[in-house]
Amino acid sequence: MTRPITKTVNVPVADGDGERYTLKMGPQHPATHGVLRVDLELDGETIIKCSPHVGYLHRGFDKIAENRTYAQSLILTDRLDYIAAMANNVGYCVAVEKLLGISVPLRAKYIRTIVCEMSRIASHLLWLATHALDIGAMTVFLYCFREREVLLDLFEELCGARLTFSYPRIGGVRQDVTKNFVDVLQRFVADFPMHIEEYETLIDTNRIWLKRTVGIGVLSASEALELGLTGACLRGSGVDYDIRKHRPYDAYDLVDFEVPISDDGDIYARYRCRMEELHQSGRIIQQCIDQLPPGSIISEDAPDLVMPLHGQRKVEAGSSSYGTGLIRLLEEKEHFPVGDIYVSTEVPKGELGFYFISDGSGRPYRMHMRSPSFIHISALPALAEGSMIADLIANIGTLDVVLGECDR
Amino acid sequence: MHVLIILIEILVLFAVIMLHVAYATYFERKIIGHMQVRMGPMRIGWHGLLQPIADGIKSFFKEDIVPEQADVVTFRAAPIICLTAMLTSLAVLPFAKGWVLANINIGLLFLFAMSSLSSYGVILAGWASNSKYTFLGGLRSMAQVISYEVAMGLSLVGVMMLSGTLNLTKIVEVQGGSFGGMYIFPQIIAFFVFFIAMLAETNRVPFDLPEAETELVSGYATEYSGMRYAIFFMAEYIGMMVMASIGTICFLGGWNGPFEVTIFPPFWFVVKVYAFMFVFIWIRATLPRYRYDQLMTIGWKLLIPLALGNIVLTGFIKAFTG
Amino acid sequence: MESMEIAEKLQDHFSEEVLDICDFHGQVGVVVKRERIVDILRWLRDSPEIKMDHFMDLCGVDNKKRQGKNLLRLEVVYNLYSIPLRHSIRIRAQVPENDASIDTSTDLWCGASWHERECYDLMGISFNDHPNMRRVLLPDDWSGHPLRKEYPLKGREEWSGLEKLKHKVVKLQEFGLSDGTLRTKAERSQTKGNEKS
Repeated sequence: MTRPITKTVNVPVADGDGERYTLKMGPQHPATHGVLRVDLELDGETIIKCSPHVGYLHRGFDKIAENRTYAQSLILTDRLDYIAAMANNVGYCVAVEKLLGISVPLRAKYIRTIVCEMSRIASHLLWLATHALDIGAMTVFLYCFREREVLLDLFEELCGARLTFSYPRIGGVRQDVTKNFVDVLQRFVADFPMHIEEYETLIDTNRIWLKRTVGIGVLSASEALELGLTGACLRGSGVDYDIRKHRPYDAYDLVDFEVPISDDGDIYARYRCRMEELHQSGRIIQQCIDQLPPGSIISEDAPDLVMPLHGQRKVEAGSSSYGTGLIRLLEEKEHFPVGDIYVSTEVPKGELGFYFISDGSGRPYRMHMRSPSFIHISALPALAEGSMIADLIANIGTLDVVLGECDR
Repeated sequence: MHVLIILIEILVLFAVIMLHVAYATYFERKIIGHMQVRMGPMRIGWHGLLQPIADGIKSFFKEDIVPEQADVVTFRAAPIICLTAMLTSLAVLPFAKGWVLANINIGLLFLFAMSSLSSYGVILAGWASNSKYTFLGGLRSMAQVISYEVAMGLSLVGVMMLSGTLNLTKIVEVQGGSFGGMYIFPQIIAFFVFFIAMLAETNRVPFDLPEAETELVSGYATEYSGMRYAIFFMAEYIGMMVMASIGTICFLGGWNGPFEVTIFPPFWFVVKVYAFMFVFIWIRATLPRYRYDQLMTIGWKLLIPLALGNIVLTGFIKAFTG
Repeated sequence: MESMEIAEKLQDHFSEEVLDICDFHGQVGVVVKRERIVDILRWLRDSPEIKMDHFMDLCGVDNKKRQGKNLLRLEVVYNLYSIPLRHSIRIRAQVPENDASIDTSTDLWCGASWHERECYDLMGISFNDHPNMRRVLLPDDWSGHPLRKEYPLKGREEWSGLEKLKHKVVKLQEFGLSDGTLRTKAERSQTKGNEKS
C-alpha cells in the first residue's frame, strides 16, 4: 500500500514566499571539517542566509586554566588546533615567558622556530589536502599526506607523540634534537619544493580548479580587516600583517623570509598565499638548521620541571609525587608579577593570542585565547551568502578552520 | 526452444557483465590507488583479487535500512529501476559480429531511452528518501541528465548521417569502410561532445554533482545502505560500460581491429571499452569537480552549439561529396 | 608611536572617561568608563596618527577577586593593533555588576560580533544593540555564565537537556542499542570504582 507522495515528502519546506527552504549542514558532514553546523536558507542552490553554529567541542579551557598552574595549562593548548599543536604550544609558552619575564636560550629559540614551521607545513598540507578534496580533486589529498607523514614521524622522534606534542616548555623545550632528526629534516626540506611543484601541477592551472576558486569568496582588504581575519586569509586580501614580522618572537627576527601577499582576495589568492608560505617555511627551517647554535635548551629560571637528565634541577625531595612537587615548586616561586598581558603568535591558521591576567599567585587569574578559527567561522556568512552550496564548501575550506580551536 | 536459447544467452551475458562490474570496481580502485601513491586493495586474495567478491557478500548481508519517513515503495523500487534500465540496454549492444541479443533497427534510440530511464531511478531515489541532501542530489541529476542527453543525442546525429542507420551492428559494418575504419576521424567534434556528455551522463568526475560526497554526502544515495546501495553502484558501473560501448561502436569502429582474433571475436571491442574505462578512472584521479551552474553552462552554451554545428558541417560535406 | 603616548593622547581627548593608565612589560592598558566606549574606539580607529585598524581581541574579565583601584565588578578588555603603524593599546572598560551591559563595537568592526557573543555567553556581559546577542559556545538553554568567579569549576547542575537525552536512551533500548541507562561522568567513575572494589 502506498501513501501519497506529497504528504510523506516534506521537502522543500515552503515558508512565506514558497521558494526557500532550510538545510542544516553538519555537525556531521564531511565538508565542515569537524563539528561545525551551518544552517542554510536556500533558494534552489543559492544561499540566501547562512548562519554557522559552533560550540560542539567547547571544553571550557578558559575556566580550566584558571584552576591550573601555568605549566599545567600547556597541555590544553595541544587540544586547540590539533593539526598544528606545536605552534599552539609555542604560542602559549611565548606568552607565559613574556608574562613572567623569562628569557629563553638561543638554541631553544631556534628549535622552537623549527618545530613551529614544521607544524605550519603540516597544517598547510592538511589544509591543501582537504580543500582540494572538498572541491573534488582527490589525488592531491593523498600526495599531501605522503609528506605530512614524514613530518609526523619527525615529531614522533622528537617528543614521542604524533598529535599532542607538549614539546615546548615555558622557558625552552623539553629535549634536544637528535642528529637523525636534523638529517631527515634537512633532506625533507631539500626535497620539499619538488613536492610542492607536484601539487601545483595537479591543480594550479587546472581549468576547473580556476573556475571554482578565481573570483569566488572575494574579500577586499578593508572587509577582511573589519571581519577580523588574520593569517593567510588576511594576506590573501592584500594586508601585510604577519606577526612573525610585526612582533617577532623566538628566532624569527634572526632568519630571512618573505611574507607572501596577494591583492585579489579570492579563494585562489588565499590558496596561492598558503602555497608560497610552504616555500618560505622550508626556507626558514633550512636557515635555522644552518644557524643552530650550541647551548642549553631550557632557561635556568623556568618554572617547569625538566627531566633530571637534561636539566640540573631535581624534583624537590619529600614531595610524594611528581604532580604535587610541581605545584609546590610553582606556587612557592615568589616573583609572579601582577599585571596583564596580551601576546599573540602566528600559527598556521592566523593570529593565536593569549591574554593573561596574573594576580601574583601561581595560577592565571584569567586566561583568554583569541583563536583564529573562531573569528574565521564568524566571517563565513560574509563569504558565502549569495553564492551556491558548492561555493560554501570551498569557502569553509579556504578559511582553514579547526573546530577544536574554535570551540576551545 | 528458441526462447530457451535466448534465455540462456541472457543469463550468460548477465553473469559475464556482473563479473565485469565487480572487477571494474577492482580495476578502478587499483588504478586510482597507484595513481595516488598507494596500493589499492591488497588484503583479500593475491593483491586483493577477491576484494570485489568480499564486497559483494558483505553488502548482500548488510542490514537494509529504510528511513522511517521515506516513501517505502518508491524507495525500494528506485535502485531496481536504475539497474533494470541499464541491464536492458545491454541487450542491443553488438559485442562482435552476430554477438548481440536483440539486433533491432533502432538500437541507438533504444540505448538513449534506457539511459534516460535509469535517471528516473536516481530522481525517485532522491525524492523517496525524504532527505534534503538526497533531494538536492535528485534535482541535480535531473537537470544534468536533461541537458546532457540533448548534447549527447545531437553528437551522435553525425554518426547516423554518415552511416545512414540506427542499427548498431550496421553502424559498425558501414564504419569499417570509412577512413581508418573509425568515425572518430571525420566526427572528431562529435566525439569531443560525446565524450564530455558521456562523463556527465554517468555522473563521473568532473560532473559527479548528484553524488558529490563533500557537498551532498553522496547525494541521492545518502539514505541507502547494504544491497540497495550496491545496486546503485552496479548500475553506475554498467552505465559506464554501456556508454563506453556506445563510444566504441559509434566512433572507434566496434569490434573491428587491425587484425582479427578468431578465438575471441569481441577482443577489440573489449580492449576499446577498457581503454574508455581507463580514461574515466584517469579523469577521476586528476580533476576537481565543476559547480552546478558551470556544468549547465558547459552543457547548453558549449556542447549543444558544437554538436549542432557538427551536424550542419557533416550535412554540407555529405551533400557536396555525395 | 609608543603605547604610552597613545594612552596620554586618549586621556587628553577623553579626560572624563579615562580612569587610570597602567603599564606592564611595555603593554599599556587604559582603564575607562563604559559610557563612551564606542566613541573611544572610533577615535582610536579613525584618527590618522593612531589608526588602530586591527581588532585583535575582546574578552570579559570578572574582577571579583582582583585588587585594584577604579575597578568595578566586570570588565571588557579590548586589544587593538595598528597594522600600518605597528603599535597597540589595551582598553579596559569597567562594567558594574547590577547592570552588566556595554555598547557594542560591531558597528566599527563587524568581526567583533562573535567576540561579544562569547563574552556574553561565558561572562554574562550583554552588548547593547548587538545584532545577534545569543550564546555562541554553550547551548541556548544553558543557565549561568561559567567564567564568573562564583561559578564552580565542575558546574552547578547537569545540563537541562540531559533528561530529554535520557528519554531517548530509554527509547533506543527497543532497538537493542543501549542498556537503557545514561550515566553522567561522575556516575560512570563511581560505577567503575564499585567494580574495582
